[in-house]
Amino acid sequence: MLNQINCISISSLLFLISILGIFLNQKNILVMLMSLEMMFLAVSFNLILSSIYLDDIVGQVFSLLILTVAAAESSIGLAILVVYYRIRGTITVELMSLTKG
Amino acid sequence: MYLLILALPLLGSLITGFGGRWLGRYGAAILSTTCVLLSTFLAILIFYEVGLSGTTCYIYLAPWIESGIFNLSWGFLFDSLTSVMLIVITVVSSLVHLYSIKYMENDPHCPRFMSYLEIFTFFMLVLVTSDNLIQMFLGWEGVGLASYLLINFWYTRLAANQSAIKALVVNRIGDFGLSLGILVIFYIFHSVEYMTIFSMVPFFTDYYLLFMGFNIHGLTLAGIFLFIGAVGKSAQLGLHTWLPDAMEGPTPVSALIHAATMVTAGVFLMVRFSPLLEYSPVVLFTLVVFGSLTAFFAAMTGVFQNDLKRVIAYSTCSQLGYMIFSCGISCYNVSMFHLTNHAFFKALLFLSAGSVIHAVSDEQDMRRMGSLLKFLPLTYSLMLVGSLALAGFPFLAGFYSKDFILELTQMSLYPNLNLSYGAFSCWLGSMSVFFTSFYSFRLIYLTFMNSTNSNRVIVNTIHESSFLMSLPLIILGIGSIFVGYLTRDFFIGLGTNFWGSSILILPQHSNFVEAEWLPVVTKWLPFHLSILGISLASFINLTPAFYFFLKFPRTLSFFTFLVNKKWYFDILYNRFLVYPSMHFGYLVSFKNLDRGFIELLGPYGLAKLMPLWSSSLSKLQTGQLTHYIFFTILGLCLFLVLVLFLHSPLFSLSSSLLGLFLILPFFV
Repeated sequence: MLNQINCISISSLLFLISILGIFLNQKNILVMLMSLEMMFLAVSFNLILSSIYLDDIVGQVFSLLILTVAAAESSIGLAILVVYYRIRGTITVELMSLTKG
Repeated sequence: MYLLILALPLLGSLITGFGGRWLGRYGAAILSTTCVLLSTFLAILIFYEVGLSGTTCYIYLAPWIESGIFNLSWGFLFDSLTSVMLIVITVVSSLVHLYSIKYMENDPHCPRFMSYLEIFTFFMLVLVTSDNLIQMFLGWEGVGLASYLLINFWYTRLAANQSAIKALVVNRIGDFGLSLGILVIFYIFHSVEYMTIFSMVPFFTDYYLLFMGFNIHGLTLAGIFLFIGAVGKSAQLGLHTWLPDAMEGPTPVSALIHAATMVTAGVFLMVRFSPLLEYSPVVLFTLVVFGSLTAFFAAMTGVFQNDLKRVIAYSTCSQLGYMIFSCGISCYNVSMFHLTNHAFFKALLFLSAGSVIHAVSDEQDMRRMGSLLKFLPLTYSLMLVGSLALAGFPFLAGFYSKDFILELTQMSLYPNLNLSYGAFSCWLGSMSVFFTSFYSFRLIYLTFMNSTNSNRVIVNTIHESSFLMSLPLIILGIGSIFVGYLTRDFFIGLGTNFWGSSILILPQHSNFVEAEWLPVVTKWLPFHLSILGISLASFINLTPAFYFFLKFPRTLSFFTFLVNKKWYFDILYNRFLVYPSMHFGYLVSFKNLDRGFIELLGPYGLAKLMPLWSSSLSKLQTGQLTHYIFFTILGLCLFLVLVLFLHSPLFSLSSSLLGLFLILPFFV
């Protein structure tokens, strides 16, 4: 049941879905952040599965680290979003075009 | 003494040039004239020691260039040839200096003029005394420079500037030939010193250069290049156009440069290189052809010129043709003899012309002169002497040299001498004798004999020039009468050993003895022709009705027009050489290449391209978050795909990859 193909295909599929979530979604920044979280999930999932498959603890250690990093990242990201909303009064993605080249 | 003859004019020139402001007009004139007079006396002493006593002198001064096998030193060689040239240069130059004191009296730049005259003399002396080709080339170029400065002396005049530039540029064409000649000689002989070259020439008669698949006779190539140099300097046909235009300078300059000194440099070069030219029949043939064509062309053109100085300039050109073709028939000593005589009577003619021009308030057109005989008897008599000498009247200077040249060309009558090409020079030379005497006497008649055409104001002010201007004329007049007779025995006398080793004439080319035994009828021919010319000129001018006959036929008037316009040489050159090359220079090399393609590919094009590029690159950054994500993921995909491609053997994308990155910004 737990073979290598399954491990990689599940995590890759999750990663691809999250990428498409960022890529195809043009409207909502919250969905983007959620897709980002899903990418973290896919990566940690991959690490855990492969650590079990390879019978090695390091993958799980890394997934724990990623979990904390993802938590910190999402908290900071949401904080930035809140600050941004306070200033602009909107979180529409199309209007975030101040950093023009 | 030998080096002082060079040092004196240089010193005099530098002092009058840089210190003219403090010396003043007469101070500068007296100083420079004294320097040249002193070197004239030295030249006479040298002539006695080297020429008459036969002690060739060689002076090694200092090393100049030492590089591998190329050793060059400042050296001075005084042999018979040099001593003759020294006499010619210094005598004419000092008389011209003396003459210019008075002639340039009212000119505001007198010290500058004197300095230029003197630097000219110095460079000419460097040219004739040097013992190697490079030092000779120094003098050669220096003379060209000095001629530029002198012709351009009245630098506010447009015509003077133009003709000075023309003189310099046309001379430079010849100089290019000469420098190529020097290179060829160095390539063949590995030396540029006369002594080495001339002693090695006989061993190189079968030397061939392989150039682009052609076997070229080395000596012929060297001789032809040297002759191209002589063509430029001695105003032979082809590069003669600068000489008549150089009459824009003051008259003493014309006398110095275009009568006795500068133009003789080409002939001197040919005579100096007689040991080399003798071994190359092709070069000798070229000399004959060009020399006789020049003699004939210039003599004919001189007939229908109306400018007093221009007539004399064409006569110079014509006489130089004589000198060159007499070199071509291997009579170098006759050529030198004619050069010496010609220096005297041509300087006399030019200075007399200057005297006439001075008297009639700087009018140069002969058609506006006339009946000056009554006002200027001294100038008239001297000019008559000069003209008779030029026309080869018996017992004057020109007779001894010019008629002897013609006699030598008449040797081509005898087929066993293998001189058949000499017939060319014989015919053309004899015809130019006729033209020469015709235009000389046309000049005399129009200027002195015919009734006057100038206005009353000018006629009232005509006066004979002062003593300082007449004295050089008188000396030159005496020279024109006696030099030929006095010096003919050691210049061209039978069996003379005056020239020593400075001139080489191969025994099979030497026809001096045969020339003494020509039939009397052929010997008289040049004299008859010149008398015919004189009488025709007299006939036309003394019977004014004759002009109507001359004007009547349209073909004849067209012909005179053609000759008066110098056979359209200048116009043809301008239209087919000068203007196209200027056009090329402006349109092709300047506008299309320099400011066109090269600039488009270089600074201008890059400067245009970079902002375009960078702006299109910066337009990628729209500020939209979604676009950034799009590019991030696109980049990821691209890299993944490229890794795939790069690892597959089917595609080698390294170059197209680069192109993709370059082109990509333009599509964004």
